[in-house]
Amino acid sequence: MTTGARRTPGQALGRVGFYLGVALFTVFAALPFYVMLITAFKRNNELFDPTTNPFWFSQPPTLEHLQLLFGDTLFLRWLLNSFMVGGLVVVITLLLAVPAAYSLARLAGSWGEALGIGIFLTYLVPPTLLFLPFAKVVAALGLQNTLWALVVVYPTFTVPFCTWLLMGFFKGIPRDIEEQAMVDGYNRFNAFRRAVLPLAVPGILTVVVFAFTLSTSEFVYALTFVQSSAQKTVSIGVPTELVRGDVFRWGPLLAGALLASIPVAVLYTLVIDQFVAGLTAVAGE
Amino acid sequence: MSRPALSTRSGRGQPDAQRDDTLLAIGMLAPAVLFIVLLVGLPFGLAIYYSLHDVTTGGTTPRWVGLGNFASLLGDNTFQTSLRNSFVFTFSTLIAVLVLATIQAELLMREFRGKWLVRFLILLPWTAPVALGLIGWLWMFDSVFSPIDWLLRQVGLLGSPGAPLGALPNLYWLGDKTLAMVSVVLVNVWRLLPLATVIVLAGLNSIPRDVIEQSRIDRAGYLRRLFDITLPMLSPILLIAILFTFVFTFGDMISIFILTRGGPANTTQVLPSMAFFTGILGGNLGRGAAVALFMLPALAGMSALLLRLVRRSEVTT
Repeated sequence: MTTGARRTPGQALGRVGFYLGVALFTVFAALPFYVMLITAFKRNNELFDPTTNPFWFSQPPTLEHLQLLFGDTLFLRWLLNSFMVGGLVVVITLLLAVPAAYSLARLAGSWGEALGIGIFLTYLVPPTLLFLPFAKVVAALGLQNTLWALVVVYPTFTVPFCTWLLMGFFKGIPRDIEEQAMVDGYNRFNAFRRAVLPLAVPGILTVVVFAFTLSTSEFVYALTFVQSSAQKTVSIGVPTELVRGDVFRWGPLLAGALLASIPVAVLYTLVIDQFVAGLTAVAGE
Repeated sequence: MSRPALSTRSGRGQPDAQRDDTLLAIGMLAPAVLFIVLLVGLPFGLAIYYSLHDVTTGGTTPRWVGLGNFASLLGDNTFQTSLRNSFVFTFSTLIAVLVLATIQAELLMREFRGKWLVRFLILLPWTAPVALGLIGWLWMFDSVFSPIDWLLRQVGLLGSPGAPLGALPNLYWLGDKTLAMVSVVLVNVWRLLPLATVIVLAGLNSIPRDVIEQSRIDRAGYLRRLFDITLPMLSPILLIAILFTFVFTFGDMISIFILTRGGPANTTQVLPSMAFFTGILGGNLGRGAAVALFMLPALAGMSALLLRLVRRSEVTT
């Protein structure tokens, strides 16, 4: 920046092109969310007038859509449902994935890596291949139309991926740690609990955030298993309940979509680098 | 498993410890593996079972029909359209995502003021819950109030006599047969671009600095550098980006379900959405499962092929 005076016209052009490129990509990504933000505070008579500027206000903003959303819909209930499902899925995921990952990373020997990849590959089986039989299984368990169906089914995609991620974390912890603990008289399991787990806390936190955001974002299973309004998560409640037939309650709809999106997006942004590191690790070290 | 202990120091403890470790390994692994076998393996087997039977949600006993479901699908117009759409949808997304992700990643390699905010915004389409982000697009494409149409009208491209995009006030993005496919592809690119970008960024960061520096010293031009150095070194990671973009597009129906429900007249119907409409809403589990299983060869083939390619190129570089 300090060498501005010595810049050639070509470099100046390059800089303009650079910022233009960044601006274009940012607008493309954020535009729908920006429009949601504006629309959430727009008066109905302005909102439903195709001649007014949809990207800004021509009348003073209003809180009527937010009042409708919180007072007249089950939005808070859906948020709570999402939170409960997410929390329970996190607990199940940790109980299953943490021991499995440690076992694959340290105890399983040569077939640990292969089995790890095998478990990871189940993450690639799309929900749309499994939702038909799941609908029957869920019905047979008597869980249809309840949040519990989601609590049981969501770990099918969180456990494979989180096991894979945690396996990488455990491999990064030096073996000396538990060997020292075992010399000090702990058995292997207690060495894992007392010496290794505390060091794996960053990895475990990543997995917590990851399992939670994946659960709150899930759509296909929730759409298939849950029909009653009060049992919906926010991810299906907003798109299915605020649209009645052809009648869209656009104001509350867009306000609700934005409000629920932002916290999940903030959380996800914290872990996306680890998420991608996990995806690319499949290609081998 | 009992073998003579090599170390004399703990002559008796070693085989025991070995056996304990094996037991512990199995004990710690079993719950997760059992869970996956029961809740992924079993439904998967059940999907195959359904596809070979005449089953409905009604609860009548399944009747064996062999490959009947598959055979009748092959002659079905909606299925043929869905199959073709699935590939059009997936490959259009794939090409656009790859090109744009490479450019976007190159841009994000540089440092600039406010980068954290730009990064957060650019990642939003992937990090926000899909179904909710898509509602924004539903509004963007609205048949009357579409903000995109408003913009086009303002610059005179639409809505006046003789305007290049027509004299009607709206384009009817989701109601027009061609534009509907364009819209769902656009939105799907929007959603998957952040993921591919972060994958490519990880790849760019792993290219050794000195290789780039050397090529700069050698006065290699940008394009020369891109095609001779960056892209070849990036190819394993680009394959990873292709794999996940493919899997997350081909096997998914959210963009289509929320935006068009497969319409107008099935022009955006894809295999996953057809499986949903046939199996869940139509109640014909057997036929729905057969539709879904048609995705399997492409998904499995793609995963196997790319994992092999990736491993091979890892060895040679």
